[in-house]
Amino acid sequence: MSENNIYDLIIVGAGPGGYVAAIRAAQLGMKVAIVEKRFAPGGVCLNEGCIPSKALLDSSELFAVARDKFALHGITIDPPRLDLNAMMTRKRSVVKKLSDGISYLFKKNAIERFHGSAVLKGVNAAGLQQVAVALAMQAPLPNGQQSLLDGTSASTVTLVAPKVVLAAGSEASALPGILFDGQVVVSAREALSFDQVPEHLIVAGGGFIGLELGSVWRRLGAQVTVMEMLPHILPNMDRQVAETLYRSLRKQGIQFKLSTRITGVRRIGAKAIVEFNSGSGAEESDCDKVLVAVGRRPLTEGLGCEEIGVTCDKAGRVIVDDAYQTSVPGVYAVGDLVAGPMLAHKASEEGVACVEQIAGMATRVEYDLIPGVVYTWPEASGVGLTEEQLTATDIPYRSGRFNFAALGRAHCMDETEGFVKILAHAESDRLLGVHIVGPRASDLIAEAAAVMSFGGTARDIALICHAHPTLPEAIREAALDLHKEAIHG
Amino acid sequence: MEIKIPEVGESVREALLAKWFKKSGEVVKRDEPICEIETDKITLDLNADAAGVLAITVAEGTTVAVGTVIGSIAEAPGMSQTPATAEAPPVTAAGTEPASSPSVRREMREHGIRPDEVQGSGTGGRIIMEDLAARIEEKSSMPPVLGPAAVPPVIPVTVPAPASAPAIPAAAQASAVVVPMVRSEDAPQYSAAREERHPMSPLRKRIAERLVAARQQTAMLTTFNEADLTRIKALRSNYHDHFLQRHGIALGYMSFFVKACVEALKEFPTVNASIDGTDIVYHNFYDIGVAIGGEKGLVVPVLRNADGMKSYEIELAITGFAEKIKSNRLVISELEGGTFTISNGGVYGSMLSTPILNPPQSAVLGMHAIQDRPVVRDGQIVIRPMMYLALSYDHRIIDGREAVNFLKKVKEYIEEPEELLLEG
Repeated sequence: MSENNIYDLIIVGAGPGGYVAAIRAAQLGMKVAIVEKRFAPGGVCLNEGCIPSKALLDSSELFAVARDKFALHGITIDPPRLDLNAMMTRKRSVVKKLSDGISYLFKKNAIERFHGSAVLKGVNAAGLQQVAVALAMQAPLPNGQQSLLDGTSASTVTLVAPKVVLAAGSEASALPGILFDGQVVVSAREALSFDQVPEHLIVAGGGFIGLELGSVWRRLGAQVTVMEMLPHILPNMDRQVAETLYRSLRKQGIQFKLSTRITGVRRIGAKAIVEFNSGSGAEESDCDKVLVAVGRRPLTEGLGCEEIGVTCDKAGRVIVDDAYQTSVPGVYAVGDLVAGPMLAHKASEEGVACVEQIAGMATRVEYDLIPGVVYTWPEASGVGLTEEQLTATDIPYRSGRFNFAALGRAHCMDETEGFVKILAHAESDRLLGVHIVGPRASDLIAEAAAVMSFGGTARDIALICHAHPTLPEAIREAALDLHKEAIHG
Repeated sequence: MEIKIPEVGESVREALLAKWFKKSGEVVKRDEPICEIETDKITLDLNADAAGVLAITVAEGTTVAVGTVIGSIAEAPGMSQTPATAEAPPVTAAGTEPASSPSVRREMREHGIRPDEVQGSGTGGRIIMEDLAARIEEKSSMPPVLGPAAVPPVIPVTVPAPASAPAIPAAAQASAVVVPMVRSEDAPQYSAAREERHPMSPLRKRIAERLVAARQQTAMLTTFNEADLTRIKALRSNYHDHFLQRHGIALGYMSFFVKACVEALKEFPTVNASIDGTDIVYHNFYDIGVAIGGEKGLVVPVLRNADGMKSYEIELAITGFAEKIKSNRLVISELEGGTFTISNGGVYGSMLSTPILNPPQSAVLGMHAIQDRPVVRDGQIVIRPMMYLALSYDHRIIDGREAVNFLKKVKEYIEEPEELLLEG
């Protein structure tokens, strides 16, 4: 074994959990190796998740605005025509730019990259963790498409380090009995790269991935039907927010079938017939594409977890302690592999907390303060506890609400849908939760998360000067409303 | 009903909330002990002022100022009133924990400081970084608090440093936090197993301060003598049953020594005096402190006007003190203002020791174990129950001659207890 393959830390997976952990570990003076199956770093988030979906959401939003709203603003144009190819090219260039950025950061921080798949091999005689990497030889496929390894590899190299962080991420779960075929029944990955706008897209799952991608294709002209097993969409979000978003999406033409179970999919050529049951017997619907977005599952297979004794829970998530250490000393896991919401920013936080704890720092992820965002339009976001959670736990609270319909800037933008809701403790006035549906809710939630991190109160927000006319004024007005002092409410 | 740290004495400004006997949400009865507080002088139980459901707001182990509300009792029996704290989510956001910022919280975790240990100086009691400085300093002498990740054995790795090795920034290399990870010689565990560190309790801190002060601020000297306890032993055995029957308490040695000291103090007033600035203050009363070892340290309750006390009163008073110490019921007024102290190291078997002054007192008598020793009486070697006596005194106001004669006087009274009768 060559001494050159000895590191302080090996990270498996270069997604938002792994790459951030690698950079932080390097900053802390560790010699870091990172193993990634994809040629390009960034994981699902950057390559087939957050970033490309937001690129398409922004493009499709502009298309919809040009088509539907320009006239209102006094701009007369011919109906805009869609160049889907160009839109996809732009999306790819956004992804490439960011992915190259991560590669640059790896170089800058002297992090050694290994393109291949990693398998844990347990400890060697010196007590160091060994990771076997089957190196991949492929160059990226044309068009910047990413290819996962097919299992054949040119050679294997063994890396050793006292500590290994697993950050292998997750993959889309399939519907029971309905396999992905990559063409008609697809996951979010393919739904970000359709080569033409489907006539009818059926989305299985009313979570944020389904709603975001449903929005993209709806704006570009597809008929979109969302089928959700539960009686409502976005089960984890504040109910008022979810209901408001539900009405807005329906107004935009997305059809919903709630309390609906998909029982089967029949392929007929390039089309499919989805069989479902909404409680009144078996029904069928034709479509071009079925996007299955019913959840994701941790990608623990093939990592050698079982072989070396890393234990998982029933849901297949790796069990870790507060320091992200698995049942095997020296082996850690973060991000989608472990419990908690499968969010890129949660994975990054955990990656940092994990390596900082390895370095002896007392960093912890404050899970109660992780914001969640749905990038539809209007956007929805929330941080802290929902009104439903507060009611269930008998925490005394007060609620303040402000509608964007009463906000100057929202009118200028012609984006008056939605509201900000602030929940604060009835006695201490400390913020317990902030929930927003409306324009730029994704950006607005940052103020709420910041104030909550500082243990701030509704009064604190009310006393902060907010520039006029801006969207964040809505947060302040909601905080004022909590004490029945809203100026414009 | 709020539970507050009570006023326990003039000089006591803070107390350690040593132990909660009850949990938040538990039902407490009126007058039931609910927690134990420890001040720099005494340990004492707080009883419930009312019956109801207890809600704790200050965790045990916290040092709090006198008057601080440490919890409350919700007095509505029957109503299932759950305290808000019990239901609050474990977040900073929820409300009971003082507000702070993310970086302050990490700093607190790093130094093992709980938010409720720190008095926040920001708006609304918010803990800001500056508030941590004092606590961190206090804790900095402790072994480094390593994150849980650093606990499993760290295998030392020899990282090769060839010329092609990645350039690690010098600052990062020197950074202390990285060391345990990369090149540890498993020191943390080693030391953890070999020694333990605990912060001193307020009582122990106070004892330490006072003892050092006594050494540094007085001219302490000790003189020795020995006493033959044959007569006292005989008296005790002769009158034991009678005394017990009459007063309900056994006749001990302490009453003889208290009386002997009081009589000797009357003859040597400087031994009962104290220094105040440049004055010598003579006390025309005899408040005798009796050192009693408690579980948490030595305390010295005071026999007021011991010159007027009868033997059985002295014995009863001392037994009473010992019981109060055991049950944390001693009050601060019982500790204040002695003029002279008797310390009995003999109960632990000490043969000879030099007691330390209890300022502003100027002298302290040390009693020791009674041992049968050969002594010479009328030219004959005989075996007698003997006790060494030690008198530590402040040489600034007590001359050697006075000290020696005082101790000789005590010895005489002990050897000839009948004299006490005649003097009294």
